[in-house]
Amino acid sequence: MESLGWVEIFGQIFVQFTPVWIGLVLIFVLSAMFKRRLGLYGRLFDSTIGLFGLFIVLFWVLTAIFADLIITQDPLGQISGMKNKLPGTPVPGGDNSYYLLGGDNLARDVFSRVVMGARFVLSIAPAATLFAFMVGVTLGLPAGYFGKRLDTILSFIANMVLAFPVILLFYLLVTPEIRVTGIPTIMAAVLFLFPIVFLMMLFQSRYYTEPAKRNLYCGITLIICLWAYSGLAFNADPLGVFYMDPNLLNVFVSVVFVNSPTVFRIVRGITLDIQTRDYVAAAQTRGEGSWYIMLWEILPNARGPLIVDFCLRIGYTTILLGTLGFFGLGVSPESPDWGSTINDGRKLLSIYPHPALPPAIALMSLVLGLNLLADGLREESLKD
Amino acid sequence: MLTFITKRLLVMLATSLCLTFVVFFLTNLQPNLEKLAKTEANNRMTDAQVISWLDRNGYSDPVLFRYGQWLGVMPGWVKTDADGKVTGRCITTGVAAADAPGYCGILQGYFGRSTVFKESVDVIILKRLSLTGILMFWVMIVMVPAALIIGVLAGMREGSKSDRTLSAISILTTATPEYVSGVVFIVVFSSMAVGLKWFKGSATSAMDDITFANFTLPVMTMALYGMGYIARMTRASMAEVMTAQYIRTARLKGVSFRNVVLKHALRNALIAPFTVIMLQFPWLLTGVVIVETLFNYKGFGWTLVQAAGNNDIELLLSCSIAAVLVVLVTQLISDIGYVYLNPKIRVN
Repeated sequence: MESLGWVEIFGQIFVQFTPVWIGLVLIFVLSAMFKRRLGLYGRLFDSTIGLFGLFIVLFWVLTAIFADLIITQDPLGQISGMKNKLPGTPVPGGDNSYYLLGGDNLARDVFSRVVMGARFVLSIAPAATLFAFMVGVTLGLPAGYFGKRLDTILSFIANMVLAFPVILLFYLLVTPEIRVTGIPTIMAAVLFLFPIVFLMMLFQSRYYTEPAKRNLYCGITLIICLWAYSGLAFNADPLGVFYMDPNLLNVFVSVVFVNSPTVFRIVRGITLDIQTRDYVAAAQTRGEGSWYIMLWEILPNARGPLIVDFCLRIGYTTILLGTLGFFGLGVSPESPDWGSTINDGRKLLSIYPHPALPPAIALMSLVLGLNLLADGLREESLKD
Repeated sequence: MLTFITKRLLVMLATSLCLTFVVFFLTNLQPNLEKLAKTEANNRMTDAQVISWLDRNGYSDPVLFRYGQWLGVMPGWVKTDADGKVTGRCITTGVAAADAPGYCGILQGYFGRSTVFKESVDVIILKRLSLTGILMFWVMIVMVPAALIIGVLAGMREGSKSDRTLSAISILTTATPEYVSGVVFIVVFSSMAVGLKWFKGSATSAMDDITFANFTLPVMTMALYGMGYIARMTRASMAEVMTAQYIRTARLKGVSFRNVVLKHALRNALIAPFTVIMLQFPWLLTGVVIVETLFNYKGFGWTLVQAAGNNDIELLLSCSIAAVLVVLVTQLISDIGYVYLNPKIRVN
């Protein structure tokens, strides 16, 4: 069989992404139709930058969802004779399949690995960011609201973590040896507790006057959260639904740990600002509890900057995960995540550039999309 | 001002003590020590032999004690083995056990020996830091002026076409981490297969002799990532200043746009970016590690990777002290500089 030319390669890739294109068209048409009813998200459609960012982010999200349909080869499979082959090389054995973006150093398909890498990155980065936000919000609100000694202590700890060079922390925390000592599990046990505390306080402060409702909401949250908690942190889920690979847990916990102090500082700063507003004073005069004021008065009014930062932070977390992969920390050598793929490809970069470039461009475009989306959101939320 | 600085210095001291203890604790975890014993002595030692090796080399004391010894506030360990031979932390070869000093830690200027490089840690750190210093110097020379110019040009006419273009460029650079831009640069500028072959893809030769060919890519890679962020901060600050009353007054008086920007707006617009530039140092540190690994430039970042990868405890500790000090000192400078530059803020 002939090798494919560049036009055919891009044609084929375009066809492979069909499920993504259909999904994108559907989402965009539906959102554009109902954009006046969709609040901030709908107004994003008025800003070119935001729309462009949304397009890129949705592209990768859909790619991650439909990855199984898009890939042309097994992302972990090695086919002999395909080592470092150029893009468009047909697979020997001839069932009309190609290595669309060539083969890597271990004769695996670069295209399929990049597509699968999207799934890896997009299943960790947003979740890790969300957890970091839970930790940052749960600690930042009281630090800003109560101030005094609590603020001093928490700020000192946050600054301390921030003064730590990220890369050194990763080298110390994400090693196979440390798993034996159980430190990642302890960290997970502490960090994963914050979402539960956050949700419980959320319902408790709002509904404590209606015990029936409160008990229902708190009960449901507690059951689901503790179930997930036992599975994720201790790998002791009785039903086996929630499970995290110990390696992955280690990476996840470290990323959450590194991100939460920054979120803490942002939330604390916003709280200090919003606290002086009249509606907070009104709530205090009404005799509302502190946690009610923090979670139901201050937090909703801080959503603008927090949403923007959330988008930016997912991008930053993606970069961090890439850094981890780049240094070969925490992830298995087989893993198709973008950082490891770039690291694998760079060793022969000056002779075979094709294995390293696609994951590099993929990572860059995702982070760019998230940045543009954040910019668009900031612009639109400032128009209020 | 003096009390402010003293207070900050005390906080710095407390922070670095806490951080070095964390590093000490994490590097001295039992599995790490066992690995160290096996790499140092014999890979096929039994568990009992590992324990006795650790005991012989002073690793069996409680962590807090050993941290004290490392700091130099507690006397170094001394052991006499079955043959009556005295070994100890402070007893080096060529010095009799009786003459050896009782305390030897970083307070006494003893940083230990690297197990990877077989050299004194302070020598290694100084050599590597100076190499990284050169890299950082050139990065700053390229990054700061470029970022400020882009930011000022974009911010002086907010919303214009040039603003849109320059902002897009700065967003693009912040979205490109070093390991991505480095890879792209190597492919474009130095790849043997397709590239332009302008520069070298390795900076190893730059350690002795810096040339345009071997140093451009690492400097560009690092400068690019930090540039976008500083440029965006400068733009925001410039745009804010340009809406101020006194700028409008100057415009209405008939001052040319050029003079308004250069004489009236610029100085006020540069206060915020100063802090940002200083706070970029900790970020650059991660960048240094990536770039030095990617371009094989054997500076501080490269050393840190070697130390961490081989669990070279004393080298890693000194690396972390150096890194943490850089971060804390830049924070202090940025705070002092901010107060100094901005007359609106006064510290009591």
